[in-house]
Amino acid sequence: MSGIPHDHYEPKSDGEKWLHRRLPIAGLLYDTIMIPTPKNLNWMWIWGIVLTFCLALQIITGIILVMHYTPHVDMAFASVEHIMRNVNSGHMIRYLHMNGASLFFVAVYLHIFRSLYYGSYKAPREITWIIGMLIYLLMMATAFMGYVLPWGQMSFWGATVITGLFGAIPFIGEPLQTWLLGGPAVDNATLTRFFSLHYLMPFIIAGLVIVHIWAFHTTGNNNPTGVEVRRTSKEEAGRDTLPFWPYFVIKDLFALAIILAIFFAIVGFMPNYLGHPDNYIEANPLATPAHIVPEWYFLPFYAILRAFTADVWVVQLTSFITGGIIDAKFFGVLAMFGSIAVMALAPWLDTSSVRSGRYRPMFKWWFALLVIDFVVLTWCGAQPAEGIYGVIALIASAYWFAYFLVILPLLGVIEKPLPQPETIEDDFKAHYGKGSGSEGAAAPTPAE
Amino acid sequence: MIRQLITTASLALGVSLVASAGFAAGAEDTYIEDYDFSFEGPFGTFDQMQLQRGLQVYTEICSACHGLRYVPIRTLSDEGGPALPEDQVRAYAEFYEVFDPTLFDGEGDFRPATPKDNFPESSLSNAPDLSLMAKARAGFHGPYGLGINQLVKGMGGPEYIATLLAGYTGEDKEEAGAILYENTAYPGGWIAMAPPLYGDDVVYEDGASTELEDIAQDVSAFLMWTAEPKLMVRKQAGFNGVLMLSILAVLLYLTNKRIWAPVKRATKKQPAE
Repeated sequence: MSGIPHDHYEPKSDGEKWLHRRLPIAGLLYDTIMIPTPKNLNWMWIWGIVLTFCLALQIITGIILVMHYTPHVDMAFASVEHIMRNVNSGHMIRYLHMNGASLFFVAVYLHIFRSLYYGSYKAPREITWIIGMLIYLLMMATAFMGYVLPWGQMSFWGATVITGLFGAIPFIGEPLQTWLLGGPAVDNATLTRFFSLHYLMPFIIAGLVIVHIWAFHTTGNNNPTGVEVRRTSKEEAGRDTLPFWPYFVIKDLFALAIILAIFFAIVGFMPNYLGHPDNYIEANPLATPAHIVPEWYFLPFYAILRAFTADVWVVQLTSFITGGIIDAKFFGVLAMFGSIAVMALAPWLDTSSVRSGRYRPMFKWWFALLVIDFVVLTWCGAQPAEGIYGVIALIASAYWFAYFLVILPLLGVIEKPLPQPETIEDDFKAHYGKGSGSEGAAAPTPAE
Repeated sequence: MIRQLITTASLALGVSLVASAGFAAGAEDTYIEDYDFSFEGPFGTFDQMQLQRGLQVYTEICSACHGLRYVPIRTLSDEGGPALPEDQVRAYAEFYEVFDPTLFDGEGDFRPATPKDNFPESSLSNAPDLSLMAKARAGFHGPYGLGINQLVKGMGGPEYIATLLAGYTGEDKEEAGAILYENTAYPGGWIAMAPPLYGDDVVYEDGASTELEDIAQDVSAFLMWTAEPKLMVRKQAGFNGVLMLSILAVLLYLTNKRIWAPVKRATKKQPAE
């Protein structure tokens, strides 16, 4: 599968040969699990395994929850309480599912920022990046619809606000919103379709994950240097890489165990910390909560949505030019989706020929600022949209767009990159080959 | 740089997580007392005697208007809860009348409750159900929406309930035909519920204090149990999970080190270029 030369599966026994002629599944699995992987991968390359685990965890706990949940406006809230009280281990399964969504997004954000720093999105890995962005969009849709299912106050009002965004689209907005909701307002028809789609989407995500893996197994992994694996011969490739099993599987599982230990501490000791108390009140269309706030993982984009109010000159100008078709509300919606679109276009906006941020002295600082910007946006999204918070959110939103639309294209032209190592092997040696003397290397470890 | 990046990234995510938990803003002007409940912290457990006292307060006072519609009466005998003997629970259930739609040829009728039934719903239309109240309110907010307060002190639902019950100033006013009572814990300062507790409202069999703040805490602890009946099982599971995963992490760390050792050794042996 991979373009990197390596040993392929050879059926040995008669049984294996028999199967291989009919269905080369053993070969497929072998080539997938033994893929040559750059040996200098650092600890930021573990999030893929964590994400795969999260998807499996969410699907398994979700399937069990569905066995006890009732998708009906009169019974949904009570059925969740039934799960929490009467179903064997139901409270653990639900808390795992609830906090599992947060772990999923922690991992996906770190995975995305890893990509952005080491230039993993650049040629030839654009398809991997685009599929990843699609997965991320589907994750957000799935998480949003899942949050509606317990039918608490935040479920209901969150759904009302977010589906209201579609109503902001000129001309077709209102019919579109009614069509999405299955009625004039969030009601039983909305709950049942969200339930159906919340069950369906994870399987689409699983399909896309396979394509995502297929794509980067074709190009080979990126690595912290951004230097490609040598492909001229199997021998040379072997000096840059190690097979995925066991070297990286065990490394990733070690990281996963640590992350899950923290995750279990949160599930066991503070499962409601990341939730909102209002969602333990049953949905009431007649009582609006004081603050309608989405789950934490939507906050950065929620901040961008709210940042562009009618008194911002860009909004006024756009509104003037389009004759009022793009008003402040629609502008906010466009900005929110636009902020993800510009990120998805990063492979074409980044003009630098150097992949890894490690060898880009100016990029490093702008990237660090982007990470801070993301945190600031998250914080702003949780604040009331007024006064100083509005100003901070606007500046932070502007930087998000400036990073992708201005800074990335310009840096490639004006920046003078640092020298990169010739090969991955050189980079690995620079880390582990320092004590090339004899004593350090020859001393046997106690385990041997 | 890697380490810096990882530190920045994890710090950033940590901060955003903390920040997001702090959004439960709203009543910045109210004061919530940080009571020490026995069930706080990773190792905190419910005080069985306190839960029984709280049940008594709920039964004699709160249940006149409020209900616990999601709580099955039988769970009063659960371990990790008030743990009443089963015959007592059966006798207790008969205090309540529940509506049974199967009686009276399908038209439905009231009958005495059995342990299989849930507690009745609120009898007063504007009295909220109390089953989940301890999780549906947050006592602590901020600072600056960072959620550090909740991280340190907990969400503070039971603290909110106890402070509210003991937080009446004695002032009242009439507004739109309803009497509102001034309360220092309630957002907005004026609440429709008349002061339910004054101190010495109940007589405890175990001789515990019946000061206003003490009974307020007893019933708050009981409501924490109705909101989170599996709290102790959950903490136990969390503790086991952390322990097992930590052991697994150590084993995987050693395995990983062992697997990579030959690769790193071979790199060292090569002449430096």
